[in-house]
Amino acid sequence: MATHALSPAAQAYSRGTLYDWLTTTDHKKIGIMYVINSFIFFLVGGVLALVVRTELAQPGLQYLTNEHVYNEMFTMHATLMIFVFVIPMLAGLGNYAVPLMIGAPDMAFPRINALSLWMLPLGGLLLISSFFTGGSAAAGWTSYPPLSAEGPLNSPGAGQDLWIVALVLIGTSSILGGINFLVTIFKMRAPGMTLFRMPIMVWTILVTSVLVVMATPVITSALVMLFIDRNYGGHFFDPFQGGSAVLYQNIFWFYSHPAVYVMVLPAMGVVSEVLPVFSRKPLFGYKAFIFATAGIGALGFSVWAHHMFTTGAVFLPFFSLLTFLIAVPTGVKMFNWVFTLFRGQLTFSTPLVFALGFLTMFLIGGINGAFSASVPVDFALHDTYWVVAHLHYVLFGGSVFGIFAGIYYWFPKWTGRMLNEGLGHLQFWLMFIGFNLTFFPMHMLGIQGMPRRIADYASDAGWNDWNLAATIGGFLIASSMLPFIWNVFISLRNGKVAGDDPWEGNTLEWATTSPPPPYNFDHLPEIRSERPLFDARHGHAGHAGH
Amino acid sequence: MTADSHALATTGEHTPLAGLAHDTRGGISNVVLGMLLFITSEVMFFAGLFAAYFNTRASNHPWPPDEFAHILNPFSIILVATIILISSSFTCQLAVWAIRRSDRTGFLRNIAITFVLGVVFLLLQAYDYSLLFEEGMTLGSGPFGTTYFTLTGFHGAHVFGGVIMLGVVLYRGMSGQFSSRHHDAVEAASLYWHFVDVVWILLFSILYFL
Repeated sequence: MATHALSPAAQAYSRGTLYDWLTTTDHKKIGIMYVINSFIFFLVGGVLALVVRTELAQPGLQYLTNEHVYNEMFTMHATLMIFVFVIPMLAGLGNYAVPLMIGAPDMAFPRINALSLWMLPLGGLLLISSFFTGGSAAAGWTSYPPLSAEGPLNSPGAGQDLWIVALVLIGTSSILGGINFLVTIFKMRAPGMTLFRMPIMVWTILVTSVLVVMATPVITSALVMLFIDRNYGGHFFDPFQGGSAVLYQNIFWFYSHPAVYVMVLPAMGVVSEVLPVFSRKPLFGYKAFIFATAGIGALGFSVWAHHMFTTGAVFLPFFSLLTFLIAVPTGVKMFNWVFTLFRGQLTFSTPLVFALGFLTMFLIGGINGAFSASVPVDFALHDTYWVVAHLHYVLFGGSVFGIFAGIYYWFPKWTGRMLNEGLGHLQFWLMFIGFNLTFFPMHMLGIQGMPRRIADYASDAGWNDWNLAATIGGFLIASSMLPFIWNVFISLRNGKVAGDDPWEGNTLEWATTSPPPPYNFDHLPEIRSERPLFDARHGHAGHAGH
Repeated sequence: MTADSHALATTGEHTPLAGLAHDTRGGISNVVLGMLLFITSEVMFFAGLFAAYFNTRASNHPWPPDEFAHILNPFSIILVATIILISSSFTCQLAVWAIRRSDRTGFLRNIAITFVLGVVFLLLQAYDYSLLFEEGMTLGSGPFGTTYFTLTGFHGAHVFGGVIMLGVVLYRGMSGQFSSRHHDAVEAASLYWHFVDVVWILLFSILYFL
């Protein structure tokens, strides 16, 4: 493999000046800034979650002045985590990886890429600024009217309007990013990189981008209608004036259900890159995985009303059936992953450990989600802590474990340094145990009928112990961030030098230096399968995709 | 899959540095593909607004409400505005065809006409709004006023965006840019302009005739 050291200047990690970073159009710097920005908001959202958990540790209202403040806390927790952490974090991983993985020098529209990035901290700051303008949004991340409508008993403050504006801004950033990914993937692939030789990560970003481009503008329409209702006397969602509150729910979930896949498909992509590398095997059923991804994307547009079973305004059998159907392509992927591991030469490095965390936790999230797909069960579980358990098992157990697998996997490529394995495993176990201690009891709380979004509960309801356990777990998750931040800090200074390809990877990003030069590649290996680097290492005996 | 077959075709002539050269021959240009995807997202945005319109309309009878029974008369100033906007799509396409054969004079003339027609449409819409306001119809006049002004207002905002695009294309054209080989911006602006035109045709038919 003749890819070494053709560009010696790029070997040293040149830390650009602040100006360089602020004005860069390099997808790698932009990707890293996406990741850093998202991580900061992850910490802020995490602190808000700790406030929520601390208040719920015991019955009674101990720490917060009133229920309204509690409503602000969980509303902003969810909003920050979904819109300013998970979605942009995965977009950031994709931003760094996609052009490298398809052998391109950059994204198709580098300046639009920078625009997408810089809208995110602006949107996040708008959200946080609402705390200083008389209170943030407090109607939940779903912001259903009439709760989110203008009015003394609804959401009178400017916080709700700032929330709307911030979400439109972040949504626009997503749409521009999605367009950028699609044009990059369709137009910028290196010679030989056919669609069915693309890494799975690129495929998941492709499907995600289609969802983003087609679904995000729909929530923008819901948000502008809500804004018009609140500020200009509109009547879209006011039933007393001929509007319809359920209309908002329909439009909102038409985006927000596909958004669920926006939040998990790229994490699946990360895991599908990590598992083959650390099992020393090709991904089992490469094409089946791609079709399953496309299937999930397509079905994602036809299940939105399963969030609205109890409104009585949706056709239950249709949405229930299609929701169950989603389990089929998802199950296909589970088999892909498990049979990739089967009889592999496993190396339990931190990326694999986090990927296994993803597999197990996402499996639970899939199973407890299937309960809610069943209409009669959902009628009992709707708006209880069961739903909170489910969504965290897919979003935290799935996406966040996948995100950390990706960070540990690509950190050597980003910086030229390895992260410390011991601290990585410590972080994993703290996070894994803390996560299950926090969210598994919520299944029990849900079955026992504890509603979500309440600041207080009766001390004789039998919910005390589970709530206390969940709170302890929450602090355990928070503590898992300390070894991670310390790990990044010491590894940047003294970490083991990574070299081009520390994991013996399969995909093109490992064919260039760590970190890569601004133009990415001096030379590309021949691309004859979905594992061009494997082929380059082992002659041409590699598994050909077709 | 055309990109695929093309990628396969160039594999044979692979040399270390030629491998980095990304092909721009044939196929759709990055800019035009980007604009088509952007228009896709815009279609979905208007789909959300149209869905709200039909949902609201279906649950409110009579539609329009009695007090505004005859306020939306298609054979008025709005018909003139409609004809102007549809004509501007034709002049815009004439500009594209002109620049494709390097007829810069025809291109500039037609882009300028399109730009002016776009501005006139906006002025007529503003005038039409003022007439409606005089008769007491506003954004707050029940679901009827809310949907009418939201849908036409967002369309007007998109026309405004299109006029700015055309203005940029016109300015760049007048300063000597664009040729038969390099005119992606013209193609992209024209696609967007056709899109706002089609949205208006739908809006006009649905709001005034349906």
